[in-house]
Formats: sequence, C-alpha cells, structure tokens
Amino acid sequence: MTQGLIHALSRRQLVAAGVGVGLGVTWRPARALSDELAGALRKFTGDAPTKEGRVNFDIAPLVENGNTVPITITVQSPMSAADHVQAIAVFNEKNPQREVVACKLTPASGKAVVSTRIRLATTQQLVAVAKMSDGSCWTHTVDVVVTLAACIE
Amino acid sequence: MARTLIHAPTTARKGEVIEVRTLIAHPMETGYRAGSDGRTLPRDIIRRFSCRYNGELVFSADLYPAISANPYFAFHVVANASGSFSFTWEGDNGFAQTESAAITVA
Repeated sequence: MTQGLIHALSRRQLVAAGVGVGLGVTWRPARALSDELAGALRKFTGDAPTKEGRVNFDIAPLVENGNTVPITITVQSPMSAADHVQAIAVFNEKNPQREVVACKLTPASGKAVVSTRIRLATTQQLVAVAKMSDGSCWTHTVDVVVTLAACIE
Repeated sequence: MARTLIHAPTTARKGEVIEVRTLIAHPMETGYRAGSDGRTLPRDIIRRFSCRYNGELVFSADLYPAISANPYFAFHVVANASGSFSFTWEGDNGFAQTESAAITVA
C-alpha cells in the first residue's frame, strides 16, 4: 500500500511537472513596446504614467484577413460624472501609421464599450489605452498573428 | 451620398443604456496602396465621426487609415430623453454626411 501511495505521489508530481513545463512553453511575458509605439502612446497620454489593467482589448489572436479585423475595447468604469472614461485609443506596431483610432466618451455613454473594424498590415503588437477622468491611463497590450495582410492588394 | 446603416432602438426606458451601431459605405483609401499604374493612390478617408443626442455630443472618434473600408462603430448611450440622434461623418475631399435617428424614451 505504501508503495502504491508513493507511486501515486510521484505520478501526481510528474503530472504537475508536466503542466509546469507546458505553461513554460506557452506562457510568455508581454514584449516591451517598441520605441515608436511607446512614443505614439506618450503623445496620447501626455505625462500620465500608464498602468496595465482595467482595459480589455478583445481581438482574435489569429487573424485570417487583415483588411477587416473586428475589435472591441471594454473599460471597467462606473461612467459617472465623477469617474468616467474620457478617451479610448488604439495603437499598432507595424502599420504605416501608429494610430488606429481615438474615441472620446462622456458620462452619457453609460458603458465604456466600443467596437469597430481595423486593418492590420502584418503580425504585430497592438495597444489599447483608456484615459480616465481622474487623469490616469490604463492599457492592454495584445499580440496578433495575421495571415493575409492588408494594404497589399 | 454614401449609404449608411444605423441600428439604434426606437424606444427605450429612461436611464437605460442602449447600444448604437453605425456603418457607412466608404472606401477608406489609405494613401499607401499603389494603383494599377504603379503610382500611389491618393488618400481618401473619413477622418472624424461624431454622434449627438439632442444636440449634446455623446461619442466621437478620430479615424486613421488603419480603419477598414466601410467604417463601423458600435458604442453605448444612456437614454434619458425622447428626441433624436444625429450622426456626422467628415473626411478628405470635403466629405461630409449627416444622418439622424429618432428615439422615444418612456
């Protein structure tokens, strides 16, 4: 019986180790933003420091057609007069221009959720930034793989 | 006049958060593509979209060449009074178009 227990434990540890290895392969820390992208971001945020969080950038991780890519940006905010999202912007790394879209919201929006469709020239990194009424800026960075690029045909 | 599609509820309860979806037919020529003669096609995009609710600006967006052809936007508005939405698109080559939609708030 003790032998059985030892066997079970080692098997469990083995499985756990296997999961750990699997995570190590698939989980990568977010890449640092390129200088150009960080510069475009700074132009939007001004001097306010940006923090990761509160923003959810919803985009397919594997894009088949870069000519029209649906995106949805959701920001956690009560959208009250005292605390609301003032602006949401999207920036990219490798299109000819860094800016993608910049939206302005008001407390009359009720909900900080914006959807649109964008073009992606190639596999790259995208950043969504939300500027709050208290001046703080929140970001969400995503990496997307594009198989058919826009701007070629 | 470009064709537009506007999806907004015609009735709503007071204080309800409603979703508004808009689409306008426009090529959104980026200014980076080459035409059949090899020369770069001049840029022709919509640069700005705005939505007013009973005259008050509730949503606006600055568009760049990275926005797909036939720009689509979905956003939310708090329904607080009966009246109308007015949607305006402005862009290169003097493009300007305004559409409206009525809403009844009970």
